[in-house]
Amino acid sequence: MQPADLSATDIVAAIRQGDLTAVQCVEAFLDRIARLDGSLNAFLHVDRDGALATAAAIDARRKAGRPLGALAGLPVAVKDALCTADLPTTCASRMLAGFRPPYDADTVVRLRAADAVIVGKTNMDEFAMGGSNENSAFGPVRNPWDPARAPGGSSGGSAACVAADMAPVAIGSDTGGSIRQPAGLCGITGLKPTYGRVSRRGLVAFASSLDQIGPMARSAADCALVLETIAGHDPGDSTSLADVVPRYTELLEQPLTGLRIGRVRDHYADGLDPEVRRGVDEAFAVFEAAGATVHDVELPHAKYGVATYYLIAPCEASSNLARYDGAHYGHRAKPGEGHRAESGGRRFESPLVEMYCRSRGEGFGPEVKRRIMLGTYALSAGYYDAYYAKALKVRRLIRQDYLDAFQKVDLIGGPVSATPAFRLGEKTGDPLAMYLVDLYTVATNLAGVGGISFPCGFTKGGLPIGFQLQGPALAEPLLLRAADRFQRLTEWHVRRPERIA
Amino acid sequence: MTASAATSEPYTTVIGLEVHVQLQTRTKLFCGCSTRFGAAPNTQVCPVCLGLPGSLPVMNRTAFTLALKAALALGCRIAAFTKWDRKNYFYPDLPKGYQISQYDLPFSSDGHLEVTDPKGGFVRNVGIVRVHLEEDAGKSMHDEAAGTADSRIDLNRAGTPLCEIVTQPDLRSPQEARAWLNELKLLLVYLGVSDCNMQEGSLRVDANVNLHIPQPDGRIAKTPIVEIKNMNSFRSVERALAYEAVRQYDEWQATKAELGTTPKQTRGWDDPAGVTRAQRHKEESSDYRYFPDPDLVPVTVDERQLAEVRASMGEPPAVLRGTLAAKWRISPYDADVLVNQGRDIVAYFEDVATRVGEGKVASNWLQQDVLRTLNERGESIDAFPVRPEALADLIGRVQKGEFDTSRGREIFAEMLASGRSVADVVASLGIAVVDDADLVALCRELLAENPKIVADVRGGKEQAAAGLIGQAKKKNPNVNPAKVRQTCLELIRAM
Amino acid sequence: MTLARQDVAKVAMLARLELSDAELDTMTSELSKIVGFVSLLDELDTAAVPPLAHPLDTQNVFRDDEPAPSLTTAAALQSAPRHDGEFFLVPAVLGESGAA
Repeated sequence: MQPADLSATDIVAAIRQGDLTAVQCVEAFLDRIARLDGSLNAFLHVDRDGALATAAAIDARRKAGRPLGALAGLPVAVKDALCTADLPTTCASRMLAGFRPPYDADTVVRLRAADAVIVGKTNMDEFAMGGSNENSAFGPVRNPWDPARAPGGSSGGSAACVAADMAPVAIGSDTGGSIRQPAGLCGITGLKPTYGRVSRRGLVAFASSLDQIGPMARSAADCALVLETIAGHDPGDSTSLADVVPRYTELLEQPLTGLRIGRVRDHYADGLDPEVRRGVDEAFAVFEAAGATVHDVELPHAKYGVATYYLIAPCEASSNLARYDGAHYGHRAKPGEGHRAESGGRRFESPLVEMYCRSRGEGFGPEVKRRIMLGTYALSAGYYDAYYAKALKVRRLIRQDYLDAFQKVDLIGGPVSATPAFRLGEKTGDPLAMYLVDLYTVATNLAGVGGISFPCGFTKGGLPIGFQLQGPALAEPLLLRAADRFQRLTEWHVRRPERIA
Repeated sequence: MTASAATSEPYTTVIGLEVHVQLQTRTKLFCGCSTRFGAAPNTQVCPVCLGLPGSLPVMNRTAFTLALKAALALGCRIAAFTKWDRKNYFYPDLPKGYQISQYDLPFSSDGHLEVTDPKGGFVRNVGIVRVHLEEDAGKSMHDEAAGTADSRIDLNRAGTPLCEIVTQPDLRSPQEARAWLNELKLLLVYLGVSDCNMQEGSLRVDANVNLHIPQPDGRIAKTPIVEIKNMNSFRSVERALAYEAVRQYDEWQATKAELGTTPKQTRGWDDPAGVTRAQRHKEESSDYRYFPDPDLVPVTVDERQLAEVRASMGEPPAVLRGTLAAKWRISPYDADVLVNQGRDIVAYFEDVATRVGEGKVASNWLQQDVLRTLNERGESIDAFPVRPEALADLIGRVQKGEFDTSRGREIFAEMLASGRSVADVVASLGIAVVDDADLVALCRELLAENPKIVADVRGGKEQAAAGLIGQAKKKNPNVNPAKVRQTCLELIRAM
Repeated sequence: MTLARQDVAKVAMLARLELSDAELDTMTSELSKIVGFVSLLDELDTAAVPPLAHPLDTQNVFRDDEPAPSLTTAAALQSAPRHDGEFFLVPAVLGESGAA
């Protein structure tokens, strides 16, 4: 039995039944990581010894007849934005190189309690800022479908490692599309839950009112399995929802008859790649064949989503990233080695200020600096109302669009990205072009609702095309059921990149 | 309202205060770390108050309730909806790079607290602009002598809940400012909101001060407002303000600089030198980029909640003074002294007064004996060895004439030293109550032995009876001198 | 929309970011472009729209005033660039005053 060929659901069942040991399973994935990741760079840290020890302990417990957690023996790759007490947590930033937090993120606590095996930490855009993974301080991830292309971002490492079968499931985080867009570009399934469904405690904050952790896997059913473990109320996160967590895996069976899916006309604007458009149209047809009906809906303010997002997210980020100043942890510039005594023509007013400026100047990459600058500017005296406050007002309009649309339809469907995976380096010279890769995904986060992305076809060149469904708050059962039904009727999600398989 | 204490100064001193008090919670505002003062550095810290990546705040309910209590007691309007904002600035005692505070929607505003000079010098109703809740920063220690050496950072204090109380510029003298601070401290201690211990930094004061100087043409010239920091006691607040008023007047005479012509200055109080000194002006100061903290959710307060908090507050000192004076028929001055000693002393007083059935005598014993002893010993009333029932017993016996007041004091001293009851002390000191028959017999004996004194008294020199008292004491040390005198006089008159 | 270089330098100081001369040039032109792009929002009349800072409608989330374990000093200081076993050490702050 090749664990890499099994779904997460099957792996858990096989280990539970004794058809597969946790050690065999973990070893199989670790071997694939060892073989493949040298070229893909999906992992920043692989915890071979720790993972094997955990797996052995699980096998011993099973043998002794002791109870096992819901994910016993399942290898999980975790985005390096989540704190892990025994592994470095760097957010792919030089600022946090080698940083080891003294605590586990709530999601990591839940994974460990469910006896999942954390195999390593995945590469990402620095501090989750980016849509291509090229903003990692530790080198870009390559798309398993075409190593010359980006896997998307910011959870590019998590997407690529699942696509390349280096882990059956991975944890990502999504602030403006960072789970759904790389899932779409890598041909896997990724769920961004409703804001507050999964605790943010221990997720290194990018934009706190937008960040949400979610599962990435090869199928919606596997996402359901992982979400069941990681979702739930956390009294340590004031913004965590108290609602009871449904048994997502048991809510997949019901057919889609009568389901109303909205289609947004604006999604078919000029920038949409014709091959993506074809894939999306075919996906709507599949849903219709499954008994759903498709209706045109309006999200009149959707076109303001990216501009709104690129004010709110940088404003929050400029404050969230203030803590990285070299004082208590993280990178500190070395003192006094022929330093540039000025920044923008000003002298530093004290050795402390010099340390701050130089540590942050050295520790952050260009995109992080850009967003800190943008956010600091938009919050500063005289600009707050014109930028930040304005964006918050448009945010309300965008959320209202969703509330209105969900009066008419149950879910909203469409493309995840306007194009399939782009070439590494293609957009790095133009920040604005890179921001537009979030065109179809940012509004979900602004509204705080959920979205799932999954493959709905391939281009002639063999690149995956992603389809996105968005739902009202706490509609995860419906999102997962619809995507799962789609995957029972199609086989796009079982395709593997040829050179990898 | 009376004018400020009569002064000969050619100006009015205008003072507003900004007070920070640490709330008396067990744990910090946003995490479960202890707020105990004096722990070893960096032992009361966790990922939240260290500002570690991924950590999140959750608000302490008790902190919010205590802050509500303070605001209600200060007569503030309580906002139905309040939120938390981030105040962004870089400083090593602020590990997140922002302080969680309140900006445009504080939970309370528009209050007041009156202060009255018990000597009748002034009555001043001071407006409160706002009271808000925020987190404290850690401590940074700099070795001034070493100059460029490292600063040391202790984050134990980081995240301790603080109430910020900002007054209107309503105070008119350094004495008023000090008296008002005393009244504020008393109120907050009464409410259990804060221990207001300035030595431990749980109460900190900054003052804004300027002068209003009447001009010959009838115009009022206003000097630039100066903010004074680094005042470590109410006494230094008074001294600093007094110094600053004189300094500003001198400066005014030299420069004629008025409010608005210079940026606001910050000066630090140098207590040993007794002067304020200009502090370095910070660059690009105060662009704090406030915005709503997305890690916290808003708080709403309804009438039911406010009623609950009000019900738990008890009488504030200002009301209690009147209540005590009326209920126990003691002077306003006595009520003031007792109330200013705190809630526990008042409870002790009321217990004694209830048992004795009279306020004045209880108040006298409290002020002359109990409070003096507490001051000498530096103790608090809850550990005081003489409990209210014992003191009431003693006072009752003195009132009945079982022994005189000075004997009563001896017994009190022994009760203090041994912690024993009045009866035990009386027995151990060999003090026996002399019954009336014995006393009459003793007096008859004395009169028989002292015909000259008897003759003198009969001749109209009543004071001659004093000569009998020392002899009576020799015969029986337990006799009450007043009673001896009275009995002897009665016997002589009856002869 | 064009930002002035010296304004961008001011923002960099506010954000405590050292930028080289070349970075400052690039940043000035990129920020100008981005600010121009986000000014798209100006075409919406939002005078009557209340701001929405957060997607949740949740209110009144509190915890009880119950102590939880703190970290050991060693754990608190484990990632500090400089410490003396008791305190975090930072370059001299030179008399600036702290918070509150």
